[in-house]
Amino acid sequence: MNGLTFDIAHLLAGGLVLVSFMMLYQDRLFALINVFALHAVVLALSVAWQAYIQDAHHLYVTAAIALVFKAIVIPVGLHRIIQRLGIHRDIETAVGIGPTMLGGIGLVALSMVLMLRVTPEADPLAREDLAFALSIILLGLLVMVTRRNAVSQVVGFMSLENGLVLAATGAKGMPLVVEISVAFSILIAFIVIGVFLFRIRERFDSVDVGALDDYRGEHR
Amino acid sequence: MISSAAVLLWGVAALLGTAVLAVSESRRSGSGTRLIYGLTLGISAAVLLVLASRIANDPVTPSTAALPLGLPWIGAHFRLDALSTFFLAVVNFGGAMASLYGLGYGRHESAPHRVLPFFPAFLAAMNLVVMADDAFTFLLSWEFMSLASWALVMAHHREQDNARAGYIYLVMASFGTLALLLAFGLLSGPGGNYTFEAMRAASPTPLATAFVLALMLLGAGSKAGLVPLHVWLPLAHPAAPSHVSALMSGVMTKVAVYGFIRVIFDLLGEPAWWSGVVVLFLGGLTAVLGILYALMEKDLKRLLAYSTIENVGVIFVSLGLALAFRANAMPSAAALALTAALFHVLNHSFFKSLLFFGAGAVLTATGERDMEKLGGLIHRMPLTSFAFLVGCVAISALPPFNGFVSEWLAFQAILQSPDLPEWGLKVMVPAVGGLLALSAALAAACFVKAFGITFLGRPRSAAVEPAHEVDRYSLTAMFSLAALCLLAGIVPGLVIDGLSSVTLPLIGSRMPVQMAQPWLSIVPIATSRSSYNGLLVFLFIAFSAAAAAYAIHRFASHAIRRGPAWGCGFADVTPSSQYTAVSFAQPIRRVFGTFAFRARETVEMPPPGQTGPARLDVEMHDVIWETLYLPIGKALDFATDHLNHLQFLTIRRYLTLVFLFLVVLLLVLALWP
Repeated sequence: MNGLTFDIAHLLAGGLVLVSFMMLYQDRLFALINVFALHAVVLALSVAWQAYIQDAHHLYVTAAIALVFKAIVIPVGLHRIIQRLGIHRDIETAVGIGPTMLGGIGLVALSMVLMLRVTPEADPLAREDLAFALSIILLGLLVMVTRRNAVSQVVGFMSLENGLVLAATGAKGMPLVVEISVAFSILIAFIVIGVFLFRIRERFDSVDVGALDDYRGEHR
Repeated sequence: MISSAAVLLWGVAALLGTAVLAVSESRRSGSGTRLIYGLTLGISAAVLLVLASRIANDPVTPSTAALPLGLPWIGAHFRLDALSTFFLAVVNFGGAMASLYGLGYGRHESAPHRVLPFFPAFLAAMNLVVMADDAFTFLLSWEFMSLASWALVMAHHREQDNARAGYIYLVMASFGTLALLLAFGLLSGPGGNYTFEAMRAASPTPLATAFVLALMLLGAGSKAGLVPLHVWLPLAHPAAPSHVSALMSGVMTKVAVYGFIRVIFDLLGEPAWWSGVVVLFLGGLTAVLGILYALMEKDLKRLLAYSTIENVGVIFVSLGLALAFRANAMPSAAALALTAALFHVLNHSFFKSLLFFGAGAVLTATGERDMEKLGGLIHRMPLTSFAFLVGCVAISALPPFNGFVSEWLAFQAILQSPDLPEWGLKVMVPAVGGLLALSAALAAACFVKAFGITFLGRPRSAAVEPAHEVDRYSLTAMFSLAALCLLAGIVPGLVIDGLSSVTLPLIGSRMPVQMAQPWLSIVPIATSRSSYNGLLVFLFIAFSAAAAAYAIHRFASHAIRRGPAWGCGFADVTPSSQYTAVSFAQPIRRVFGTFAFRARETVEMPPPGQTGPARLDVEMHDVIWETLYLPIGKALDFATDHLNHLQFLTIRRYLTLVFLFLVVLLLVLALWP
């Protein structure tokens, strides 16, 4: 493999991690969704690049799915949901932005150390890819943990799934049917969660998951 | 030609079919009961015939069969070698006898639909455990056996204490299966090959060997009733209907012993010499504590269950000896010890089934298990009491019955211990021999009590009044077993020679051929050391007893004198002034009770001048239950109380917990050297 293809793959995967970091400090919902759309675009580019260098045409389909659904359909859907719910106000982050960013840096360091240690004999491209994918998954989890708003938790979940797709495309020989089924399951999860958002909203006049806890008689 | 393993699998399938049939048949009481027990009797007898032809022709060559069930990449393997043939014979003979007894006893069953479907299933499961040739099939059958027997224990679940017995049994059985699962996991090694053939070929590290031994002692030991894992046994065995109690005590504990022998002697290879010390110690402890508990008991079926624990201890002592001798390359002594263990397995299945049948007969006739309310039954149930007496004599290891032979063989093996090189064993084996002798003597006392209080004396309560002799099916079962107890005691050489094909593949040696000895003598090592002739002892006892009886009747005075019976110094002779079960055991409680049960006697004297009676109170503790199980229960309660908060966290906290746990796991992975 020549240096340039590797560098571009590296750049795109690294870009994905960077966008994940951007997601950590967005405290407005619209901005968060826009960053998520950017995340999906970078993912689509990265997958398409993998398709090119691996000469695997079915990965173009994956890239197209990522681009259409995650960069366009889901963000537009989320925009509409937010408008219909009427929540344009600030996100209340549960943890301050500074500690969250520091935690994110720690997580990326952890996944690098771990992946480079456990896969010494793997293909260097796949190694880097896996390390970045693990960072993205952990950052997605961190987004879910540090937010209270259900919409932003959905966004965190979606970005976590992007990490999974990145890991899957880095591993050569992943069949298309698996990717399509993963993409569909994500879409269905999105629909189900969307329905739930409205149900929660109907009942509690809020999509703050804290309201659910209050309903259960618990304390935060 | 269809292999005998496949034939036996058909037998198991027939038993399972009977179990399914029983679900619908059990609604019709009477004819349904007869049909089901008749079927199980027929199937067990047929299986015994197959096994007999195998033993007669060629017991050594393994016969295998495989079914495409179970895990897809393994299937279910079954294998019939000499060891499993022997244990299958024990299982199916016990099953046939229990079915025969059930033909009569089952008519008194109040809830046949809770017993009939599970009885054939239980038999089928025990057959499968013994035949299994891969870990998956073994564990599945083992768990099936546990669950089927649990259902039988819970047959009368509305009775007081039975629900608790079932619960404790279920917990201990799950624990035992977990230990077995881990043991097989270690045996299969990193390759994960679950067939016994691969395990036999593998050679685990000494550390893994030690762990497998410990796990087998936990897993098979908890099913067999090894102290301190015995707590469920005296609760669960008596709770089942009596013929099932007989199966559980007489046969299921043997299946556990089979599991232990199969893994330790066959699959594991060569454990170190100290493993013998561990098994010896646990066996000796089990024997003595089991019989001490039995002595303190006044419930007849619970007494028998505790005596099962003692006998399991005796078997494990012999197994420990066999391990010690095998580790020191003394194959003939090891063969002797293993033969003693297997012989005792056979004997115990005979006389413990017989005794439980007798206890069941007493229960049917009087509705009582409490010995303090029985007494004088020998007049109302002469045949049952005779059969029970034979069982008592046999289990007390008195010649010429079979119990004596196997314990005598165990002592012959103990007498070989001076040849052992390790000092640990040199010291340990005679000490355990002492424990074994003590337990044999205590067992005799225990069964004098069991027979004397139940059948002799005068009735202690009105429950005895309506008692009458039981039906002929039950009597046939009891007398067949009694006859076998005598037969195995008189012709032990036949059994020992039969067992040689079992010890030969496991130890690589066998005891000398016994049937070649003149006059049915048995000579375990050499004539110069020791020999025993059951026939001679039997003839001597029969002759001297007959001669004494004749002499008394012939030469004693025929003059009839009538006078008042001697009142033993009591002015008022009532049934309550007889020996009771508790008072009979009092001297032994005085000697052993203080340390074994923390027993404390307090006498309350009336104040001077008062004429009220004095009171004697005895306070006893189950030390093992209180020091081992209660703290575990308390710790569990404490932990669950405190973990309960985790049920009521917020969604975000749950997410955070998952996330933190993932990060911690990744950190561990990253920092692992």
